[in-house]
Amino acid sequence: MDNNSSPSRRSLLSMIGVVAGSAAMYHAMTELGYAEGSAFTGPIKLSPPPRDTTVLILGAGVAGMVAAMELRDAGYKVRVLEYNGRPGGRNWSLYGGDTYTELGGATQHVQFDAGQYINPGPWRLPYHHQGILHYCRRLGVVLEPFTQVNYNAYVHSTKAYGGKPQRYRQVQADFHGHVAELLAKSTRQNALDQAVSKDDREVLMQALKNWGALDENYQYSKSIDSSMRRGFTVDPGGGIKSVPEPSQPSALSDVLQSRLWTAISAAHNYEMQSAIFQPKGGMGMIGKAMGKELGPLIEYNCKVTNILQDDRGVTVSYVDARGGKEARTATAKWCVCTIPTPILAQIPMNVGPKMKAAIDQLPYLSALKIGLQFKRRFWEEDEQIYGGHTYTDMPIATIGYPMWDYFSKGKGVLLGAYTFGRAAYIAASKSPEDRIKDALEQGAVIHPQYKTEFETGVAVAWHRVPWTMGCQGGWTDEARAVHYDNLCALDGRIVLANEHASRLPGWQEGSVLSAMDAIGRLHARVMNP
Amino acid sequence: MKRELAILILLAASPAAAQTADFRGADFAMQGGEAVYRGVCQGCHMPDAKGATGAGSYPALSKNPHLAEAGYVITMVLNGHKGMPPFRGHLTDRQIADVVNYVRKNFGNRFRGEVKPEEVKALR
Repeated sequence: MDNNSSPSRRSLLSMIGVVAGSAAMYHAMTELGYAEGSAFTGPIKLSPPPRDTTVLILGAGVAGMVAAMELRDAGYKVRVLEYNGRPGGRNWSLYGGDTYTELGGATQHVQFDAGQYINPGPWRLPYHHQGILHYCRRLGVVLEPFTQVNYNAYVHSTKAYGGKPQRYRQVQADFHGHVAELLAKSTRQNALDQAVSKDDREVLMQALKNWGALDENYQYSKSIDSSMRRGFTVDPGGGIKSVPEPSQPSALSDVLQSRLWTAISAAHNYEMQSAIFQPKGGMGMIGKAMGKELGPLIEYNCKVTNILQDDRGVTVSYVDARGGKEARTATAKWCVCTIPTPILAQIPMNVGPKMKAAIDQLPYLSALKIGLQFKRRFWEEDEQIYGGHTYTDMPIATIGYPMWDYFSKGKGVLLGAYTFGRAAYIAASKSPEDRIKDALEQGAVIHPQYKTEFETGVAVAWHRVPWTMGCQGGWTDEARAVHYDNLCALDGRIVLANEHASRLPGWQEGSVLSAMDAIGRLHARVMNP
Repeated sequence: MKRELAILILLAASPAAAQTADFRGADFAMQGGEAVYRGVCQGCHMPDAKGATGAGSYPALSKNPHLAEAGYVITMVLNGHKGMPPFRGHLTDRQIADVVNYVRKNFGNRFRGEVKPEEVKALR
């Protein structure tokens, strides 16, 4: 038990754990605010452990470094082994001068200018991801706004509007306007009488007019009102010759058949809602700050080859990841393992069959990101697109515009592709040069300036990343029902943490919450062996 | 409290994955074993089918005795295992049969027997 005289929440949990077993403790933890996968409820507070309690942490990504910082602060003796020569893991930015060698041996020398970068991994911090935001605040990582939705960027289908990109603003206005008009029509024809009371019908009509920018006849028409949503053919001006010219909405059938509304709805998701943040200078700033905070506690270039636990502790064997053969070992009483499951599945480790089965069945997904540097910021200069995204049905799926240095005269790096699934598998099967060639060809359909302004690019296909073999845990609902709890459960002296052990797959917040939950349970076991 | 917990779990179960672009176009339209291998499999198993090694390894399919048992290969493609993702939702019975036949007869492999799409279907 801890030495505090008044029982802290943690020690209360430990007592519950001892008395009622871990399942009861799990429920108690949930109800006291340590819910697995729940929102961040504040920094974790661990009571002092017995002197010289050691924990070995495998992986210096966000999960591993959160675990290391918090355990160290509580009084544990921690040591972190990391495969790469840098901290951060998937929290990673590529800058000019960086070199990246993927599986298969292709090496890319990043040629971006100073101040330019691409985040091959995570790139967004939604405002409600208070766990990762807490660590940004704690470590002084400077944040700036990240724009998800840009009304003046494009939505594009090769099969609609003659393949011509449409402004997000127009498609959204037309979709809402037409749906509002239809509902108003149905309401007036008493088609909704069963569902809407007489009193509500009047309010509904007002609401539809308001929501859809309908005219006085409840029609979505070419008007000042609708143009205030979708934009004008000629904008209002000043002085003489200043009369605005309203724009012509698309026909209902064109809007529906374009299927561009799918790109509109994507932006309504919880994680895509304002405010969203990014670290100034690249997402990798978080990993760097965490690495600096931990300093010599992290040992780099360690490739783990064996994880063995017994009743006294955990012994991890490793070699120099740069090609060493000489086996070294590290030992500790406990182990927090954040190694991605595709790799962990191949490392001999004596855990129980349930955890082993959970690890073996969890592959990492395919994803692709490409950064493209252009000579000038033509999206700003020619098209008035400042940050945000264009969505397309071409394999590149997304074009992301840089959300810093707006209006600067210099160069800019676009996110030239961000895609998952089949398109990403296909990209991984190609050379980096061919991935970039494809992205340029497709991007030029939306921005013809690509052809003359492109300078240099870098392409990261996540199944080729040597230290993850994929981008994030590929859970299905069925697999989660069978394996998730077994993956997360403490197995003897070993507990796993990472986004793959969270219900926020692919988000750094998942890594933070997973690490906090894992060390909370580990600590409870330490205090009540 | 229990009820709230249940709701929380339900909410959490709906995937909040970082990828939300449900608007993307790509198909595994490639036909024939070689095209499927070149278009998909070599992303990990590499163009020469010799695999690759970093923190972990993608196994070589070249001269791989595990390929002797065709049913094992089919099951691996369908369901995945240890880092290998499942392709049951991505590839047709015909595509899987073709690519299994292709790897079992190429890259230094000379295994007997020809897999038919019906065998893939039976193992789904």
